Amino acid sequence: MAPEHTRCAPERPSYSQAVSKSLFDKVWDTHSVRELPNGQTQLFIGLHLIHEVTSPQAFAMLRERGLEVRFPERTFATVDHIIPTQSQARPLADDLAESMMVALERNTQQRGIPLFDPESGDQGIVHVVGPELGLTQPGMTIACGDSHTSTHGAFGAVAFGIGTSQVRDILATQCLSLDRLKVRRIEVTGALRPGVYAKDVILSIIRRLGVKGGVGHAYEYAGDVVDAMSLEQRMTLCNMSIEGGARVGYVNPDEKTFEYLRGRRYAPQGDAFDRAVEWWRSMASDPDAAYADRITIDGNVIEPTVTWGINPGQNIGVNENIPLLSDVPDDERPGFAEALDHMQLRAGQAIVGTPINVAFIGSCTNGRLSDLREAAEVAKRGHVAANVKALVVPGSQDVARQAEAEGLDEIFRAAGFEWRKAGCSMCLAMNPDKLKGDELCASSSNRNFKGRQGSPMGRTLLMSPVMVAAAALDGKVVDAREYL
Amino acid sequence: MAPQAVERITGRGCVLRGDDIDTDRIIPARFLRCVTFDGLGEHAFEDDREQAKGNHPLDNEDMAGANILIVGENFGCGSSREHAPQSLLRFGFQAFVGLSFAEIFAGNCTALGLPCITLDKHDLAALMDSVELDPSQEIVIDFRSDQLTSRAGTVKAHQRPGPKKQLIEGSWDATAILIEAGQEIEATANQLPYVRNFQ
Repeated sequence: MAPEHTRCAPERPSYSQAVSKSLFDKVWDTHSVRELPNGQTQLFIGLHLIHEVTSPQAFAMLRERGLEVRFPERTFATVDHIIPTQSQARPLADDLAESMMVALERNTQQRGIPLFDPESGDQGIVHVVGPELGLTQPGMTIACGDSHTSTHGAFGAVAFGIGTSQVRDILATQCLSLDRLKVRRIEVTGALRPGVYAKDVILSIIRRLGVKGGVGHAYEYAGDVVDAMSLEQRMTLCNMSIEGGARVGYVNPDEKTFEYLRGRRYAPQGDAFDRAVEWWRSMASDPDAAYADRITIDGNVIEPTVTWGINPGQNIGVNENIPLLSDVPDDERPGFAEALDHMQLRAGQAIVGTPINVAFIGSCTNGRLSDLREAAEVAKRGHVAANVKALVVPGSQDVARQAEAEGLDEIFRAAGFEWRKAGCSMCLAMNPDKLKGDELCASSSNRNFKGRQGSPMGRTLLMSPVMVAAAALDGKVVDAREYL
Repeated sequence: MAPQAVERITGRGCVLRGDDIDTDRIIPARFLRCVTFDGLGEHAFEDDREQAKGNHPLDNEDMAGANILIVGENFGCGSSREHAPQSLLRFGFQAFVGLSFAEIFAGNCTALGLPCITLDKHDLAALMDSVELDPSQEIVIDFRSDQLTSRAGTVKAHQRPGPKKQLIEGSWDATAILIEAGQEIEATANQLPYVRNFQ
């Protein structure tokens, strides 16, 4: 479908669409301001989320040009990447982190942008906070200077990770200049077996389609498995779209989506909520919408999944062996050898039994209440192995409060896990939580890149929170279903 | 920095082999603890260079002063950090030539006026071999004719039409372009039910 690109705004969009469209196309068309001379579309962004790492330079650029924030009521800020998870007392112990915190406070205050800082009680990872406050809603365009912005697609929003110059673009104009994406529908059929989670589904999808398979695409996730997922599981699924190269991933909104949003602080209230549901429903993909292509994944056969390499596509079922060199296409062999060399693993070896040094449960991928509940079910069945350091970092202050109200913090502490304050923590190690030397970390986060967890030689095995908890207890990679 | 038209880039190449090189490797996260992009140039690929003990292409004396970074497939995947192209720009690179680029990285480059050029697979392989043999050779990328010339020959240099037009016209500063929409922005916003709070 060609975007609506007249220089005048379209008439009030009809809630019933005459031509069959995907959600992506409906959102794109309703948010198109105009077609730009370079062939890209000027797209209005309904919700802009910012944090301390990728915004200070954007505010500096605004100041240099003497520009105002065009829609300050459409930008919200939190602090997540650099925040320590032990003491958050000010000034922060790290001078650089403190200066970033101060810059965010000053910029948001000067520009009239709400800041969810630790004192507000609403602080947390930006992709956890947006949904739990009801800011993230179906049919919206959302952008944030963070590649895991795709998370918000779980609600049927179209959400883009962007760079700092684009943060400036949005602050100044509430718009982005973007190429329209193709839409790939990925149907996950059947039902997940016990002990298999959204994390395993997305890792399996990335293994199948590759870490660059999604470039130029939005992934629309569907099928019985996705329909059966909670919103938190859908967030895990959409979160890692970018690890498959797809900047955008989404799930069509349904009754679960609407119920999740009902009563949340920034969600519409009263009669407005009913009108919102009507519009949200109308934005879902039409049954006969056209897609660039369709992929089917059999959900019945997905196993608890573990990465063995240095990108998220390098993964296997927990009971599989690492591939042999002969299984790897010629042009991937240099990367295969580099990955095994970094990981200190051998081709053909089992991943089960690999000793770990650190266990990390948290991140925008798997730091929500349901993740902590599932991991706690395993944690209560044992104690962290003597040689393992195990961290549980809730995704937000709200997640922490709910977990504490249920006694999950006590379960984790009793089992030998450290219970920390909310933040990104050891997912990318911009705060004091880092691997040392060549430590191997069982991690519920999203990236196993070389050096990602703070030590250049550090090693990461991505897996579900339940699998991380089981690995923490055994001191090695284990099939967590033994604990369920 | 006012945008300038870029029709052609001439210079020398630095060959960085390998696919799926992510932005955490280009600029490790600890260097993101900053409020400006100044000073990022010296930390480009810092951990990889440390581990290569002087044998990293960015430390190869024969390739010193190169302004064109020649890479493999899916370069710049992972984190959206603009710090990655900012650090490479400050290191001295003015263009990237590769098999493919990750989407957010390429978008960030466009915003900085840095071209991401893709070559066909055999052309890229020939260019890499040629530059490694003779790093002193001149490489010319001509954006109007979509050609890259080196001692390996003249080959088709692909670039997405949008970014190409922006470079050639010097119109890669998106903010300036987006502002020109004026009240059309508010007009579009006001058509969206959620902007009106579903009233």
